[in-house]
Amino acid sequence: MARYILQRFLGMLAVMFVVVTIVFVIVRVAPGDPAAVMLGPDATAQDVATLRARLGLDQPLVVQYVYFLGQLLQGDLGQSIFLDRPVTTALAERAEPTFFLTLFSILIASLIALPIGIYAAYRRGSLFDQAATTAAMLAASIPSFWLGLIFIQFFAVRFGLFPVSGYGGPDAGFLVRLQHLALPALALGVVSSALILRFTRASMLDVLGDDYVRTARSKGMGEFRVVMRHAFKNALIPILTVIGLTAALLVSGAVITETVFGLPGVGNLVVSAVLRRDYPVIQGALLVIAALYVLINFAIDMLYLVVDPRVRY
Amino acid sequence: MAASAPTAGNSERVRLLGLLLKRRTVVVGLVVLGLIAALAILAPLIAPYAPNKLSVVNRLKPPGGTWLFGTDEFGRDVFSRTIYAGRLSLLVGGAVVVMAAVLGVTLGLCAGFFRRLDTPIARIIDAMMAFPDILLAIALVAALGPSLVTVIVALGIVYAPRLARIVRASTLVIRELPYVEAARALGVSTPRIMTRHVLRNLVSPILVQGTFIFAYAMLAEAGLSFLGLGVSPEVPTWGTMIAAGRQYIGQADWMTLFPGVAIVLSVLSLQMVGDGLRDVLDPRLRKDL
Repeated sequence: MARYILQRFLGMLAVMFVVVTIVFVIVRVAPGDPAAVMLGPDATAQDVATLRARLGLDQPLVVQYVYFLGQLLQGDLGQSIFLDRPVTTALAERAEPTFFLTLFSILIASLIALPIGIYAAYRRGSLFDQAATTAAMLAASIPSFWLGLIFIQFFAVRFGLFPVSGYGGPDAGFLVRLQHLALPALALGVVSSALILRFTRASMLDVLGDDYVRTARSKGMGEFRVVMRHAFKNALIPILTVIGLTAALLVSGAVITETVFGLPGVGNLVVSAVLRRDYPVIQGALLVIAALYVLINFAIDMLYLVVDPRVRY
Repeated sequence: MAASAPTAGNSERVRLLGLLLKRRTVVVGLVVLGLIAALAILAPLIAPYAPNKLSVVNRLKPPGGTWLFGTDEFGRDVFSRTIYAGRLSLLVGGAVVVMAAVLGVTLGLCAGFFRRLDTPIARIIDAMMAFPDILLAIALVAALGPSLVTVIVALGIVYAPRLARIVRASTLVIRELPYVEAARALGVSTPRIMTRHVLRNLVSPILVQGTFIFAYAMLAEAGLSFLGLGVSPEVPTWGTMIAAGRQYIGQADWMTLFPGVAIVLSVLSLQMVGDGLRDVLDPRLRKDL
């Protein structure tokens, strides 16, 4: 088992190394001089040269790469050009809305998907099952930003139930923040529920025909208990996996949703960084989000070892 | 024997097509997709107005007789713009599939066939898949500059690893099969084995995955255009139309409603077809049909 953990850990480090290299390359493939692009057409040659030196762009590529790796190992993601502060600070300041948006979205998605997925599998082939499968497909086809706009139109503009946008100002309490997060979380949650619903249904279908489920039924156990205690418990691992991965992917959904709802999160920061060509911020956000995804994947693999004895290689 | 082989292949294809068309969702998906494609292709004949024809006196008119889907803030006909926008959205989807297929299939085949290349390519695929789709696309567009070509290239790169992973896994299995060994023993060249013997057997998974990539690419393109990172805002795509309608959501919701419905219908129909294809072409599920 220790050997497997070590192998997986080394594999994760290798993937992280490639991730870092890809991020480094993406910023450097920009046509023209990134410093000139960042400063715009009005910048003088002196300004461009100064920024090039500041970003280390005047060094050979290999030197830039080694320097980049060295900085990363010290937890330094560089300095934002337009915000005039370290990228880590800029990301940390924007982390709260994104964290809560992701958390509430995944909660809403699970609340929608789990009961429907379980019941659809239990009533396989029924009208309910067909409706649930079609609804999941429909949810997966809706762009979250469009759904967000529809929600704004109905729940905020027409009925005035929720604020149209923002995060409630710097001194807002948790309840006000929650009000501002409700619509974006609902939009993201509905769209994300599709994948979880389909996985829940498929995992439940896998286990509902198993011998232990039949045994439980033959012992006279109630249907609810059979489905929830015996089947669902055993179908939980792939479901938890997909919920974990959906949470990581939601961060990218948040990029557009935060823009629609004017939430001052990481997604909004990335979009404004892209529009201003603030490459250090783009680079830093990409690295942090990809690293998060790799780490969640690794954590899920490790969790398998704990919860499922069959996976102990 | 030589003459009967293609006949057997044809009858298998006919059988699979029959199985596919037995599925109601596939038929509905194909009909809706065909309708959207026909509207987009025939847009110059069907559209009652030119997509960029301004009419300031008729700005923000609600849907009705003269303007089926209403008009936008410049008095342009939303119906005409929606069907013209479909051309670009479908073009981007198709081009992304081609680009992702070329990149993904090449990478996957090489990784699966050449042991030395397997580990580095597999690591690159894993690393690429660690980036959320839209975020990687945004970063690539930021690096390359927003344009139609950039969007296609960026999304092609983003979705290539999905295909590469599937092609690699299947190639690893097919590589060890007796007929590949026999071809090798007969002295058939490696490129020929890869294309004639391995790639030919991968058409089904590539086709299925390609359908889904088409759908995801359309969603991603709309997202990029909505953020102002896709094509120029003046060019009608479903994403740019929704972005423009956002400012008028309180007074002219039709500006966002119709392009959004067009996206949902296109992506939904592609998913219906993709699901049906997967069920029919996947031998593990075929016995259930």
